[in-house]
Amino acid sequence: MADPKALYQEVILDHNKKPRNFGVLENPTHHAEGHNPLCGDHLRLTIKMTGEQIEGIGFDGESCAICKASASMMTTVVKGKSRGEAETLVQEFRDMAMGKLDPAGPHHMGRLTVFAGVRDLPMRVKCAILPWHTLHAALNAVETTSTEAVNDPMEVS
Amino acid sequence: MNPNKQVSPLDHTCGLDIGRIRADFPILQLRIKGKPLVYLDNAASSQMPQQVIDRLVRYQATEHANIHRAVHYLSETATGQYEAARCKVQQFINAREAREVIFTSGTTEAINLVMQGYGRKFIERDDEIILTTLEHHSNIVPWQMLAEEKGAKIRVVPINDSGELLIDDYQQLFNKRTKLVAVGHVSNALGTVNPVKEMIAFAHQHGVPVLVDGAQAVPHMAVDVQDLDCDFYAFSAHKLCGPTGIGILYGKAALLERMQPFKGGGDMIRSVTFDKTTYATIPHKFEAGTPPIAAAIGLCAAIEYVSAIGMDSIAAYEHELLNYATETMSCLPGVRLIGTAPNKAAVLSFALEGIHPHDVGTLLNEEGIAVRTGYHCAQPVMQRFGVAATARASFAFYNTTVEIDAMVAGIRNVQKVFA
Repeated sequence: MADPKALYQEVILDHNKKPRNFGVLENPTHHAEGHNPLCGDHLRLTIKMTGEQIEGIGFDGESCAICKASASMMTTVVKGKSRGEAETLVQEFRDMAMGKLDPAGPHHMGRLTVFAGVRDLPMRVKCAILPWHTLHAALNAVETTSTEAVNDPMEVS
Repeated sequence: MNPNKQVSPLDHTCGLDIGRIRADFPILQLRIKGKPLVYLDNAASSQMPQQVIDRLVRYQATEHANIHRAVHYLSETATGQYEAARCKVQQFINAREAREVIFTSGTTEAINLVMQGYGRKFIERDDEIILTTLEHHSNIVPWQMLAEEKGAKIRVVPINDSGELLIDDYQQLFNKRTKLVAVGHVSNALGTVNPVKEMIAFAHQHGVPVLVDGAQAVPHMAVDVQDLDCDFYAFSAHKLCGPTGIGILYGKAALLERMQPFKGGGDMIRSVTFDKTTYATIPHKFEAGTPPIAAAIGLCAAIEYVSAIGMDSIAAYEHELLNYATETMSCLPGVRLIGTAPNKAAVLSFALEGIHPHDVGTLLNEEGIAVRTGYHCAQPVMQRFGVAATARASFAFYNTTVEIDAMVAGIRNVQKVFA
């Protein structure tokens, strides 16, 4: 089992302190807001797509370090990716956070594996997933989403 | 470190032998992540002493049957113990009569019982219900449901920057449409002790009954419902070293008698035909179905346990713990204490500059320290202080200053990680 303390490692603390792509894009083609009503985390994503490609992405909001670092790293990773590639990352990240991803198997998590430790912190899994959840909502034109939503886009997949 | 051996001089004040008390609680021997458990989440739920655990085991092993039903030995024994528990609660809160004590599943159900049994019968369109900013969601949502159903209005008493109710504003909320006041005795999020006795006296001048949510008060101070003169008083056993699944609604007999039943079923009726059912008298009118008999007997044992220590001694010692924690935490840079009323119960809500409470909670857990993080089912309080969430340490009489020192060291460590 990974040491949960290791979750608060340099890369996550750095992204928490200096979040990348922090801000709101003007005239976004896609946007969504994500809430975690259990802890009050709130996140807004704005995306500019050219055709099927994510050209620009920004986020802002109030959240814990895990959620903020997850959002920051997510934006750096999905920028320039196609919708399909982004959706694959959403699914893989979710599986990883819930301990369902085979780390030895083929996947595209790369440096996102620093979040693998949340699987040992059930109360924090949703913090890490929220940005990805919100990305999935934005790409599917769902304006607001919630980790507790009835029409939870992550649950139907 | 063995926390039971490390007891600072303060821990011998107020006449309590904390080392001996701690030995009664098996869970305090646990090690979490290789560190001694430091349990500072007592406002959410307190731990159970061996005496209560033993009582529950003895009941299940030798006394259990359904109550108020059969003539056989076990049913009579269980019924006797269940009703003895009611009498124990009556004495503990100094109710006039045992029939004024109703067993519910907890504080939430007790408040919902008043909403359904009293509110739906006596509150009408354009009537007003007074709540306060400090209320737990369980003392807000039932009243909103009633207000929506009836077209009634909710009026809210504001608080100041210390987390105290503004009593002048409270008094000005009264008018001829005011039908009920529902107020917490002690704020679960901030620890503020509200001046409920004075608030009740004022409401009664206007002929308005008052429900007091005592979930956070009963475990920490002696409560006398006749002295308060409250009309309803609700609390839970699991915050009082008792089991989950049981709580109490105290109500003045005259009010309870006028109320409609909350739930229909067995044990709450006098006679049933398909033409007409007549209800049992109080308290049974409100206790449909088989109640949590074991839990009631466990609550009785818990009351015996805390009473033997003494509620006044518990209150005094917890006050010492709160003062110690407040002073120590005030000295830490980057710590904002939320809720600084002069009259507080043993709750310390705080925020660390630039660090989210959930990160604080996760990192403290790595040191074996249990605190609550989040909005504490009191979002209006969080909104008032402009925070989404806080971390909250809440103390019980088995906590020690050594544990508070461990928490403070843990907080310094969290600050170091995020520096």
